Amino acid sequence: MRIRIFFSKNAAMRFTGHLDLHKTWERIFRRAGLPLAYSQGFHPQPRLNLACALPLGFTSQAEILDAWLEYPMPLQDVQIELDRAAPPGISIARIEVVDQKEPALQTQVSSSEYIINFLTPVSELDQKLSEIISAESISRRWRERTYDLRPLIEELRRLPDTQAGNASVLALLAAREGATGRPEELVQALGFDPNLTRVHRSRLLFRE
Amino acid sequence: MHEVFLSPEEINRRLETILPTVQKPGRYTGGEINQVVKDWQKDLTRVAFIFPDIYDIGMSNLGWAILYESLNQRSDTLAERAFVPWADMEAAMRTAQVSLYSLETKHPLAAFDIIGFSLPYETLFTNTLNALDLAGIPLFSSERSTEHPLIIAGGHAAFNPEPMHAFIDAFVIGEGEEVIHEIVEAYQAWRRSRSSRLALLQSLSQLAGVYVPALYAAHYHEDGTFSHLEKQFERAPLPVMKRIVPILPPPPTHFIVPYIETVHNRIPVEIMRGCTRGCRFCHAGMINRPVRERPVDEIVSAIEQALRNTGFEEIGLLSLSSSDYTHVLELVKTVSERFAGKHLGISLPSLRIETFSVELMDALKDSRHGGFTLAPEAASERMREIINKPVSTDQLLETARAIYSRGWTTIKLYFMIGHPSETLEDVQAIAELCKKVLAEGRKLIGRRARLNAGVSTFVPKPHTPFQWVSCDTTDQINAKQQILKQTLRDRDIKLTWSHPEDSLLEAWLSRGDRRMSEVIYQAWKRGAKFDAWQEHFSYQTWLAAFASVGLDPAFYTHRPRLINEAFPWDHISTGVRKKYLAQDYLESLSGQTRVDCREQCFACGILPTFAEMRTQNPGDFWKCPEVSPKSKRGQPTLQPLEIPIISSE
Repeated sequence: MRIRIFFSKNAAMRFTGHLDLHKTWERIFRRAGLPLAYSQGFHPQPRLNLACALPLGFTSQAEILDAWLEYPMPLQDVQIELDRAAPPGISIARIEVVDQKEPALQTQVSSSEYIINFLTPVSELDQKLSEIISAESISRRWRERTYDLRPLIEELRRLPDTQAGNASVLALLAAREGATGRPEELVQALGFDPNLTRVHRSRLLFRE
Repeated sequence: MHEVFLSPEEINRRLETILPTVQKPGRYTGGEINQVVKDWQKDLTRVAFIFPDIYDIGMSNLGWAILYESLNQRSDTLAERAFVPWADMEAAMRTAQVSLYSLETKHPLAAFDIIGFSLPYETLFTNTLNALDLAGIPLFSSERSTEHPLIIAGGHAAFNPEPMHAFIDAFVIGEGEEVIHEIVEAYQAWRRSRSSRLALLQSLSQLAGVYVPALYAAHYHEDGTFSHLEKQFERAPLPVMKRIVPILPPPPTHFIVPYIETVHNRIPVEIMRGCTRGCRFCHAGMINRPVRERPVDEIVSAIEQALRNTGFEEIGLLSLSSSDYTHVLELVKTVSERFAGKHLGISLPSLRIETFSVELMDALKDSRHGGFTLAPEAASERMREIINKPVSTDQLLETARAIYSRGWTTIKLYFMIGHPSETLEDVQAIAELCKKVLAEGRKLIGRRARLNAGVSTFVPKPHTPFQWVSCDTTDQINAKQQILKQTLRDRDIKLTWSHPEDSLLEAWLSRGDRRMSEVIYQAWKRGAKFDAWQEHFSYQTWLAAFASVGLDPAFYTHRPRLINEAFPWDHISTGVRKKYLAQDYLESLSGQTRVDCREQCFACGILPTFAEMRTQNPGDFWKCPEVSPKSKRGQPTLQPLEIPIISSE
């Protein structure tokens, strides 16, 4: 049985990276006593599939995991057991059964929506946002390679300030294989320090 | 006097901006499953356990985990954790003025009542000073007042506590499971009494297995050698006998599950404590006597519970010599059957060099990818007799054939150079043996066969038969390593070795006297920390520290010692008599070996020391002979031989 788990990753797990999150999920299934399926071969791996890596330090309400169980079980039981076994920092929103033949989760994601909250006052934010939006291209370097950030930005707009009175921005960025927009790159392109922001993933969009 | 510390809320607020800027911030957040968080509003005794290395290393240690789980079961006590930050985080914390805090509730360490340091090895000493400094606590015990936490330490390195005597208020010598509760209770009684800090130290000194260095003064001879320790408090014990538990308490099962990768990300289960083999270089083998085993069903049920509690996918069945665990075959069979199909990795380290070990590992399946590790420690028969690890080369080769033919492609062999009376021929023999082992592998599986040779340098440790031995100089070590590097040039052999300077530091710190405290302090002031890490360790810093104190490092490492020399650690008793060690050392020099002491008791001293405990706990889970009740006891049948006093040269 292939199931799809929609979950949020909260503050307690902000600093758990993609691979460690994978391991965390394996352990959730093991604590829950659920029949998680493993691959065949010399080094069997748990059959778990995360939709889209969330950068270290971000929180999210839109994480998705596909998991394979060795045999079918009532979804309600699965959810109860997983809720019981989940560590602080992971909360499960809902679980669905997915067709075994559906393509891999990662290949279905098209874009990711982020809410970027600034922790300190930022100047001329509106103007900087419109400069980004009207730019034809934004050349940036990432891991020794130059790339154009602009086509990866699908939507960018200011949100009402947070309760604490800080500026907030919504960004919809491409999240396709080989074309991933990074919020910290956008923040830098705006001329601010990414370490002085809190980023939250609010939605994952799938291909049509 | 009373300093104002940051509140947990303020520490959390400052961490917000620090954490995104450091490597692996998950080291510093806490919040994992199975951590214990208690209410600070309640009037609880607050204990922080600190393993003075980074989270990744410290989380893999079983010592503090046992005490953490045990203390947190008390309703009157809370126990939390701390580790030391890596250099980047330390810099960020100092800049933001965040003191060292506990992972559970983010309270500054200075707000705790008791801080317990784990000191399993000596290269954590400078980190201990750094941790105190980062916590805003005076480094020197003499500078702390009733406002400061009580600083205690335990672990294998505490068996020679003197180098750290100036910084630690009380050491636990030996096993902590019982005495940690007594320390907490003594602390609580002292709090109620509102008496002086000295009164607290004095009351702690009355607990069996606790050593309070401030209650003694050290005296030295004119030539700088140690003379004796003098009590400053009449009721202070001298010597201080180590503490043991008669029966291993049930193993912990609520391990904290890290959110990030750590060194050993697994459930550790101690199957037995101690070792009967009597390898003469082995510190652990001497200080952890007697052997006490756990029943198989207790181990299996602990694994079951721990799996449910943690979800870990790996189990480590730990002991100093797994093959010697009486029920090892039953354990391996039960574990492999009970947990079959659960995709569980089970490791059984410290196996003896015999084909039976291969059968054991074979039964555990799934463990082939790590390679198969054996520790012959020496390669010539002569050398093996000297260190009392008599394994014939034929037996090693037969074991190697069994390993390669059953699916393992890599064998790891551990050796030591620098054993007493070792010659260059003995070192050459290491290289020849490695080649022979690999040749067996090639005959069986061709070019897939691999060999890893790990060659460390022997450090003569206190409380062992080799405590009289001097260390090789760096020139000697370099020459020996050169032989290995030249001889073991084969693309299928991977040779690793330890840097000579690392071994010397280990020797200074493990063999030091009270004057070493000042050296450690001076080294720390000059920036020494993370001495176990190549990228941090600076030999020059230590030489400068020695020079500033006016001590000669060679005094501690290269000086020949008389067999009747008083050692700075003689007042700490492991239960094994110094006479016994001396006799064993002399036998070593004449190439005499001693069999496993389960076959014949050599009267090391453990039984008379713990005779009452043994009488009250009969049964074959202790590997020492049974002792009849005192009333029925005649003259002890096992008298150690009188030994002549001679020079070690």
